[in-house]
Amino acid sequence: MAPLLEVENLRIELTTRDGIAPVIDDLSFTLNAGETLSFVGESGCGKSMTALALMGLLPDKIGRVASGKIIFNNEDLTQASDARLREIRGNDISMIFQEPMTSLNPVFTIGEQIAEVLRAHQGLSRAAAWAKAVELLDAVRIPNPKGRASDYPFQMSGGQRQRAMIAMALACEPKILIADEPTTALDVTVQAQIFDLLTDLRRQTSAAIILITHDMGAVAEMAERMIVMYAGRKAEFGPVDQIITHPRHPYTKGLISCVPHIVSDMTEERPDLIEVPGIVPSLKDFGQDRCLFASRCAYVTDKCQASRPSKKLFSNGQIADCWHAEDL
Amino acid sequence: MQFLQTTLIRIFYAIVLLVAVLVLNFSLMHLAPGDVADTISQSMGGADQELLDRIRSDYGLDQPFLVQLGRYIAGVLQFDLGFSFFYNQPVTKLIMERLPATLLLVVTAQLLALFLGVFLGVISARKPNGLTSHFVTFMALFGYAAPVFWTGILLLIGFSLHLHWFPVAGMRDVTISGGFWVHFVDVLRHLILPMITLASIFLALYSRLARATMMEVLGSDYVRTAKSKGLSQRQVVYKHALKNSLSPVITLAGLQFSAVISGAVLVETVFSWPGLGTLAFQSIIARDTPTILGILFFSALVVIVGNLLTDIALRLVDPRLRGRS
Amino acid sequence: MSKMESEQEFEKARSPFAEAWGMFRRNHTAVGALGVLLLILLGAIFGPFLYGVDPFEMVWAPFSPPGEEGFMLGTDYLGRDLLAMIISGARVSLLIGLSAALVSILIGVTVGALAGFYRGWVEEVLMRVTEFFQVLPTLLFSMVLVALFGASLPMITFAIGVVSWTAVARITRSEFLRIRELEYVMAARASGGSNKTLMFTVILPNALPPIIVQSALMVGSAILFEAGLSFLGLTDPNVVSWGQIIGSNRQYILDAGYTVTFPGIAIFVTVLAISLVGDGLNDALNPKLRQR
Repeated sequence: MAPLLEVENLRIELTTRDGIAPVIDDLSFTLNAGETLSFVGESGCGKSMTALALMGLLPDKIGRVASGKIIFNNEDLTQASDARLREIRGNDISMIFQEPMTSLNPVFTIGEQIAEVLRAHQGLSRAAAWAKAVELLDAVRIPNPKGRASDYPFQMSGGQRQRAMIAMALACEPKILIADEPTTALDVTVQAQIFDLLTDLRRQTSAAIILITHDMGAVAEMAERMIVMYAGRKAEFGPVDQIITHPRHPYTKGLISCVPHIVSDMTEERPDLIEVPGIVPSLKDFGQDRCLFASRCAYVTDKCQASRPSKKLFSNGQIADCWHAEDL
Repeated sequence: MQFLQTTLIRIFYAIVLLVAVLVLNFSLMHLAPGDVADTISQSMGGADQELLDRIRSDYGLDQPFLVQLGRYIAGVLQFDLGFSFFYNQPVTKLIMERLPATLLLVVTAQLLALFLGVFLGVISARKPNGLTSHFVTFMALFGYAAPVFWTGILLLIGFSLHLHWFPVAGMRDVTISGGFWVHFVDVLRHLILPMITLASIFLALYSRLARATMMEVLGSDYVRTAKSKGLSQRQVVYKHALKNSLSPVITLAGLQFSAVISGAVLVETVFSWPGLGTLAFQSIIARDTPTILGILFFSALVVIVGNLLTDIALRLVDPRLRGRS
Repeated sequence: MSKMESEQEFEKARSPFAEAWGMFRRNHTAVGALGVLLLILLGAIFGPFLYGVDPFEMVWAPFSPPGEEGFMLGTDYLGRDLLAMIISGARVSLLIGLSAALVSILIGVTVGALAGFYRGWVEEVLMRVTEFFQVLPTLLFSMVLVALFGASLPMITFAIGVVSWTAVARITRSEFLRIRELEYVMAARASGGSNKTLMFTVILPNALPPIIVQSALMVGSAILFEAGLSFLGLTDPNVVSWGQIIGSNRQYILDAGYTVTFPGIAIFVTVLAISLVGDGLNDALNPKLRQR
């Protein structure tokens, strides 16, 4: 069976004050129906940019797809017209954003904001769309959904707003749901509830999920495969359980050791709590022909500074872009 | 319920403010050299002391200040603003005859400035380097720097005297006869130039602010959400973004009512518009104290009612304000 | 990299005025406007000496069009030289514009500073007073003041200033409210600074940037305000002012449109220049924009 979504050699360029920077540099991956794929990495690694590119929502005049393809249902979205993209957005592919506090329109009721999607894509009448919106609020477990539908976002807590966002995203039963750090802005207890909700809904709707996060715990719990991004490039790719037990890229290794409980669950030894030293390079350093992680890497050699690492394939399905992948 | 309560509190507060306006104006008139009796005697070509005393006792001017003030306020509460000796009419009647013309001018000019200002602001926010955007910048500078009476005279010279598109003065042509629509069109033809003149000052303010807020709103998270739902450009801009960028513009418009009335005084003078402004000018020159006081009172009333309406409009546009006082 | 750092340090070491001027200079429109403004100012001061025609004297036939008979801008309905009138009017417009702005700034800063500094009932009372003055129909109120108490220049100045201060008061108050909570004010308070010291030497200097920008705009508004009053004839009959030229000639616009056009251009250019300088000051004094 052909994958639901196929991204081939995608390159996205942003125009900045210092020139043009490739925020996504030669990214390829596939997503199968019903699967959960996770994008992991620090802020500024290009995860959100990937999501916006899939939605055709790159910032106007600043960002553009420079090369590559995004093939969804045998259709290249990079070539699709604005009108076609609008048909797909919110209908076949929908998205949940990081900031529930600011992502909902403050001056319209929750019900209206959900009903609007249904009217736009399914041509429902005002009343039918509203009734469906109430059903959806119930499905995301908002108590008293009938009453809450008439509430404005400011009358809801952060967790409830994110539930409303999820209801909105799932309204048209999309084939792909992109969740961009859906819990980062929420309290820890609420985070767990939202992940539980997403897990349940996935079972019910069979939507494929692209989960963007830097929470390795969530990745381990929800995703089958993961992509680790660094400075606009894919650092490592493969099945979640394989990568977590044996990361083949120093950056992945660093990220995993930041989260003590995953490691302690999976391995015997308990290393000290550590962090990945240094920071993500600035946009103007993206796209150079060398390993961009080299400045922060403990395994760095001259080769890393001289040329961009090529892919290393492993028999278990893991792929790592590191000159020293085999040695790790 | 809370909506009603806060509105009532505001109305009560507005009344207190109005009484304060009355007290200040009345005291000012009292402080000024000369009184009504002097002015009347002047208009009669002089009077002896006996006559002056009689006028003073007729008008109650021989009473202590506080008694006069009390009587005046009591009168105002019964819609009695005194009697104008200059026009030989009750002031309330005089003002009521002129108020509709001023309200027509002020309200249409404000609405024109608001709608056109927001519209221009939206268009130029979507294309910050486009022609409309440059036009808004130009308008903003012109509207601020050009004296409104001068703008009015230039429009008058161009469109009335040379092109003869519009009548030169007044609000209606008395020689015209016909049904409602004939008169409606007649008033409209008279209204257009004064309205545009008065609106030009505020159009500048509103379009500039609308552009700035719209640009901010278009970059907001919820506009991105609206786009991600697959809504059309029109829905994203004119439904989701527009409603959010209205509040600052409405707030600004609410603060302008006093300035609109000031502008209206000048515009009415230029176009001989039969409103409160021309009445004010004549009564100030004639030292017609009761009329002046009445006009000051009504202008303050218009400003206060304008502020109340602004408040209600804001609450309609932004649900977050509804619960608060 | 190191060169950039040293440049930044150099910038830090300069005085605030030099720094603001450095920012202002980059805005070519504002610098041009400042030049125009200086020219107008010089014209107002020295013009009457250089162009010795009496603005009150009938020098030629009424309504002589511009350029004819040696009168560059023509004559008005009384046969007075329009150029001489405009030069003379510049003095009145600028004088009243500046002094009325000064009056409103003094009132506004005092009210705003007291309200923002003392808070509590002082703030409550002062803000109610401010609101009261916002409700007053400004032009009508000034018209009444001038008509009742005499159309002298000081009275006109006062009448404009007393109705124009509310914006300054609101800005000053909000700046004081913001700044009084900052660490260095707390520190000054903790080290025993008196209220007077805190208000005038600690808070006020830091609140100045927006007040300065508003003051520049106030001058423009005051000039427009004076023009409005004198257009209506509420002006000192012993001086010429721009608005008054327009007002007194407006019955004759069909025959002599230039008699209202030229003084109007004078007002327009002056106020436009002031507002452009104000924009430049705003950019120069706004720390958020400085990084650009």
